[in-house]
Amino acid sequence: MNILEIKNLKKSFDTEVIKDISLTVEEGKVVGIIGPSGSGKSTLLRCATMLETIDSGEIIYMNEHAVRTNPDGKAVYASPKELRRIQRYFGLVFQNFNLFPHYSVIKNITDPLITVQKKSKNEAMEIGRRLLEKMGLSDKEHAYPCQLSGGQQQRVSIARALALNPKILFFDEPTSALDPELTGEILKVIRDLAQEHMTMVIVTHEMSFARDVADHIIFMDGGVIVEQGNPEDVINNPKNERTKAFLNRFER
Amino acid sequence: MGYVGHGSVPCPVEFVIKLNGGALVELSVMLSILSKGMLLSVEIFVLTLLFSIPLGFVVTFGRMSKNFIIRNLVKIYISIMRGTPLMLQLMVVYFGPNLIFGIKISNEYRFTAVIIGFVINYAAYFAEIYRSGIESIPVGQYEAAKVLGYNKFQTFMKIILPQVIKRILPAVTNEVITLIKDTSLAYVISIPEMFSQAKALASSQNTLVPYAIAGVFYYIFNYIVAYIMEWIENKFSYYKIS
Repeated sequence: MNILEIKNLKKSFDTEVIKDISLTVEEGKVVGIIGPSGSGKSTLLRCATMLETIDSGEIIYMNEHAVRTNPDGKAVYASPKELRRIQRYFGLVFQNFNLFPHYSVIKNITDPLITVQKKSKNEAMEIGRRLLEKMGLSDKEHAYPCQLSGGQQQRVSIARALALNPKILFFDEPTSALDPELTGEILKVIRDLAQEHMTMVIVTHEMSFARDVADHIIFMDGGVIVEQGNPEDVINNPKNERTKAFLNRFER
Repeated sequence: MGYVGHGSVPCPVEFVIKLNGGALVELSVMLSILSKGMLLSVEIFVLTLLFSIPLGFVVTFGRMSKNFIIRNLVKIYISIMRGTPLMLQLMVVYFGPNLIFGIKISNEYRFTAVIIGFVINYAAYFAEIYRSGIESIPVGQYEAAKVLGYNKFQTFMKIILPQVIKRILPAVTNEVITLIKDTSLAYVISIPEMFSQAKALASSQNTLVPYAIAGVFYYIFNYIVAYIMEWIENKFSYYKIS
């Protein structure tokens, strides 16, 4: 079953940032997206999560079209009501966490459950506490985001996304805003999720992590997919010159 | 004295303090007259805040509207409110209906005019404070809320507004304190608030003491308000905005 299908996605700001990208994510698979800054990785994620509107192409979650393209090549989004339903299929973990600073850790996780999914407070608290325990943050339930380290904040934001029980979870450079000694705790959480067969798309600069955790690696540059395949092939034996040059820079 | 010079200003009877043949009054009488004026000042203060704080939100939404016409009309309104003296605005609101439209103005309209004048002036200032607060909230907060499925109303009420309030409280405190002192401008349309009374007393008694007392009253009023605002600010100090 394909959780996500993207077909011929194009997106321009002033210049064309994404030039005709297609990809599919199957249930239980982890896709790693790597590539230099400005290659369009983050924009691709923002298009998939509908934080940006695309120019043309199709985005399909669970066989439901969020966006189609009419014959003259213009993207047409589903109705707001349909989009709200489709939105529940995915979650997004931001580079800068974007926790709500005025809510305690537990409220950051439970408020969307209560406000958006109309769950009871008790049920939400149960879900929140279970996820905090999973993230090793049970003792921080009543803390505020400003009292946590970057790594802890990111774990809360992962818990917040997981609480809504998405079919697929996107990570936009989840460790880029963290001190090097804190990246490990986030990578471990994502590894654990991969072992539980959580479907994920991860944009990252952590090459060895991407190789270890992903089932499929996509190398992007200049708004196109330059090379893709299984992690061993792409990261250890890249065929394309641009992939080689990029990975070489990372080795050093 | 200033208001005597407004030849066309109708001077209300109740405004003239009737003293026994111009005899000197005791300090206690002065205090009681000034206290009554103070009550009126407090009334202007409370009513102005009551209406201008919510109205400021309406104005700020207009100012931030995507509609070109609405946005620019609101911009002009704010520009006039901030670009002309409040004293003049009070006079326009009070005398305007008569001078422009020939409507006969009643004595009761005097107080209404003061409230209207203060409210539309302060709403403009509050609106600009709100706007600065709303625009200072990182876009990531909106994006996180959107991805989590909050609708626009929920996002504003639950995520954005609480953070905006925390950010703008110091600026709002400034305005509120300025308003206390601005209530004295109501004397221009002969509202018997504290400053008007002090002025009347000063001229009839030939002493500056009423002004000194009024100054102390204003200060005490401000001190209490500043204390309350600080207490509210402390209520919001349990978190830091990243």
